[in-house]
Amino acid sequence: MPTTIPLMVREKRNLTGTAEYGTNAATTSEKVMIPVKGMTCAACQARVQRALQATPGVLDASVNLMLKNAAVTYDPMVTSPMVLVEAIHETGYGAELVAQDQSAFDEQEAQDRAQEEDYRELRHKALWSGSIGLLAMTLSMPLMGAAEADVHGPVADPFMRWVMESMTPTIRAVAPWLYTFTPWVLSYALTLLVMGWAGRHFYVRAWSAFRHHSADMNTLIAVGTGAAFLYSVLATVAPKFFLNRGVLPDLYYEAVVMIIALILTGNALEARAKRQTSAALRRLVELQPNTARVVRAGAEVDIPVNDVQSEEIVIVRPGERIPVDGAIISGTSAVDESMVTGESLPVEKQPGDRLIGGTINRTGAFRYRATTLGSDSVLAHIVKLMRDAQGSRAPIQRLADQVSGIFVPIVLSLAIATFVIWFVTADQAPAMRAFAAAVAVLIIACPCAMGLAVPTAVMVATGKGAEGGILIKGGESLQRAGQINTVVLDKTGTITEGRPTVTDVVPVLGTEWSETDLVRLVASIEASSEHPLAEAIVRYANEQSLPLATADSFQSVTGRGATGMVDGAALAVGNEALMADYAVDLTAVKEEVERLAGEGKTPMYIAINGKLAGLIAVADPIKPTSRDAVQRLNRLGLTVVMLTGDHQRTAEAIARKAGIDRVVAGVLPDGKVVEVRRRQQAGEVVAMVGDGINDAPALAQADVGFAIGTGTDIALEASDVTLMRNDLPGVVSAILLARRTMRTMKQNLVWAFVYNVVGIPVAAGILYPAFGILLSPILAGAAMAFSSVSVVTNSLRLRRARVA
Amino acid sequence: MSMMEWIVIIGGIAAMIWINWYFFLARQPVSNAGIDGEGVQEVAIVVEGGYHPAVVSVKRDRPVRFVFDRRERSGCSEEIVFPGFGVRKFLPAFRKTRLELAPAQTGNFEFTCGMSMLRGRLIVQD
Ligand SMILES: [Cu+2]
Repeated sequence: MPTTIPLMVREKRNLTGTAEYGTNAATTSEKVMIPVKGMTCAACQARVQRALQATPGVLDASVNLMLKNAAVTYDPMVTSPMVLVEAIHETGYGAELVAQDQSAFDEQEAQDRAQEEDYRELRHKALWSGSIGLLAMTLSMPLMGAAEADVHGPVADPFMRWVMESMTPTIRAVAPWLYTFTPWVLSYALTLLVMGWAGRHFYVRAWSAFRHHSADMNTLIAVGTGAAFLYSVLATVAPKFFLNRGVLPDLYYEAVVMIIALILTGNALEARAKRQTSAALRRLVELQPNTARVVRAGAEVDIPVNDVQSEEIVIVRPGERIPVDGAIISGTSAVDESMVTGESLPVEKQPGDRLIGGTINRTGAFRYRATTLGSDSVLAHIVKLMRDAQGSRAPIQRLADQVSGIFVPIVLSLAIATFVIWFVTADQAPAMRAFAAAVAVLIIACPCAMGLAVPTAVMVATGKGAEGGILIKGGESLQRAGQINTVVLDKTGTITEGRPTVTDVVPVLGTEWSETDLVRLVASIEASSEHPLAEAIVRYANEQSLPLATADSFQSVTGRGATGMVDGAALAVGNEALMADYAVDLTAVKEEVERLAGEGKTPMYIAINGKLAGLIAVADPIKPTSRDAVQRLNRLGLTVVMLTGDHQRTAEAIARKAGIDRVVAGVLPDGKVVEVRRRQQAGEVVAMVGDGINDAPALAQADVGFAIGTGTDIALEASDVTLMRNDLPGVVSAILLARRTMRTMKQNLVWAFVYNVVGIPVAAGILYPAFGILLSPILAGAAMAFSSVSVVTNSLRLRRARVA
Repeated sequence: MSMMEWIVIIGGIAAMIWINWYFFLARQPVSNAGIDGEGVQEVAIVVEGGYHPAVVSVKRDRPVRFVFDRRERSGCSEEIVFPGFGVRKFLPAFRKTRLELAPAQTGNFEFTCGMSMLRGRLIVQD
């Protein structure tokens, strides 16, 4: 199944070093595109080009005057893009690296391709060695019928012996000719073939590791099968040596082949499952379209997406994928952003709205201006973040890491001890028993399952999160998110829309001004203000299509409001302090003000010509999803706290609407950090949820910082979890996912440890004295293959976890 | 006990002692990073069933450029992880891959393969 869709015209494609198996080719070249500024003529172009070509390590340089860039092929061992930029600077022209590192996509693609190849190769080898194993087994059947005194010895593996003994009568009836020759030479040759071809890498790597004082799973397999093979060879060529010492010259040829076949099968299944753990990331990489339709020299042309320049005009038709990030210039449409943000409904887009490359245009056609490209694009950021996240370590892994580091030498020692004890204590066939047990110990004790337990869970979980627009920074964030017991929510922009809206307009009885008059007049002077409350009023007036007058004068009174002249009326709009300045009597609206404040609204007084004319109330409405999300957080047993700079009463009213009973009001941005720290010192594991820009210090202080609704760098930097969607349900999903993942990690680790804790003694023969059970090395090989596959499969179950 | 049994016992104990000495106690050679013209410390490591050299010493506060030369295809070694630096990198087979770090603290930092079976050590000194 070819999954490598050519995503971009990749720059690193023209590698001269081919990945031929067994070669040592290492010469590489990389290509970089550097925008050059200030070139005006062909002479400039030639000069830059010459300078680049003269730079050591540059293999080829071509400068395009029209596109104003330089395409340089260079040897990364000799020079780097930074040096090239420097060389251009020295010619007097400007240059800077824009898309210096496209590697997030590239690396992922290369890794996918390598893993796919790995899997195919392993599967191929597993199938062939399995078939050869069966053939060798059949050929060895006659040995079972041979006399005990036969110098070429019986098959030694207990499991193999049982299989063959139960099959011999059938084989003898079906193919009696098999029993007419002694096939040990063939067995020997087939075994050598499997070891030297399919299993070759076990021995090569084991030796290579050994030379550097390290040992891994290859060591165990190589020592186990190698010892069994050498023993068999000795038994074949010098059976007298064994017989003279009262030991049977046993043969392990079939066992060796079957062990290798089983381990390869396990590795192949493991490779396939491991590929699936990064499927979500692969899907993200595949979102990147190949081409873009841009307007160049007045005509529409299709170009590779990598050639799109910043500020270029891109055209998208219904049903097409949006090639790069940008902002709409003309046209409207509904865009399906679900694959990036997790928002399931298409999002309406108008001129000025942001577009994310990789999302799908559903309904309309539009033109837009390309903004961030290449490695700066939202998708590239997400892919990079995911790759980093999947490579990160979770603290829970530390123990497994320490164990696997010392594991193999200890297992080698245990295998030797097993051999010695069996040899000394067994009544009959001591060498055979001792040998089988020692080999079984070596084969069963693979630390793979331990090494895979946590990383595979992190990979699946971060991928699952990303598909729902939840970007988790890594294993550590994931682990801590699973331990959260307090969620601190910033009010503005998190619980609420973050955009104040006019809710009430109340004219004072007995004045000449109607509701419409008030709105029109107030909006007319506020049109000059940049205050968010003023903006809300102006927007409200616009929504009602009220014609605004030009204010004759406007004055903003800091912290109080605004004053001005409109249509010959002297207006003052603001708080109590402003009214006090003008000695306006407020008694007529006292009750009304109380009511509005009680509802979490901010009332502003309107005075016209020194007399109170009415009230205009503004509130930041809560998001429709907030209340439900808070309830679900509460149900998960979490303490939910709201932080806000608002006054206590307003804050309490909002909190009531959102269903939050703990409110900390009147906090300044610094105060958020203090509050988070105070709770941490009280022993709580605190999550802070904010919009990522002004909450950055608090997000960083919290055990887990959730940045909401932004894909900005600052948010990604400061937070542990970034929610692409702008509301709270993502917080609930992230916590559920984290808890579920922690459970999976623990299951995996327990399973991996238990497997070894139980498996090794059983292989060593601890059950033999009481129950007569001795584990065949072949079954040990099957168990080893099963252990790591089952760990990965358990992690893959996370993909189906319900976290919404 | 027979002669044979005594040989097995003594041989077994000797082998166990030797294995534990070889893997845990034997001193591994430490290689020092070279410094290129720009003051960048260069460390070339061959990745083949392990890291060669596996123990590398560098100076603090000076950028380090690793060049990993991976000479094998399958196996754990496809990824290099520096947990202390939060760095992970995919190493394509039969190719050299560069990785740059800026060690700001002295101490011993492990680097491992993706499964943490292959191990190396970065010693950062003043
Ligand atoms: Cu293994």
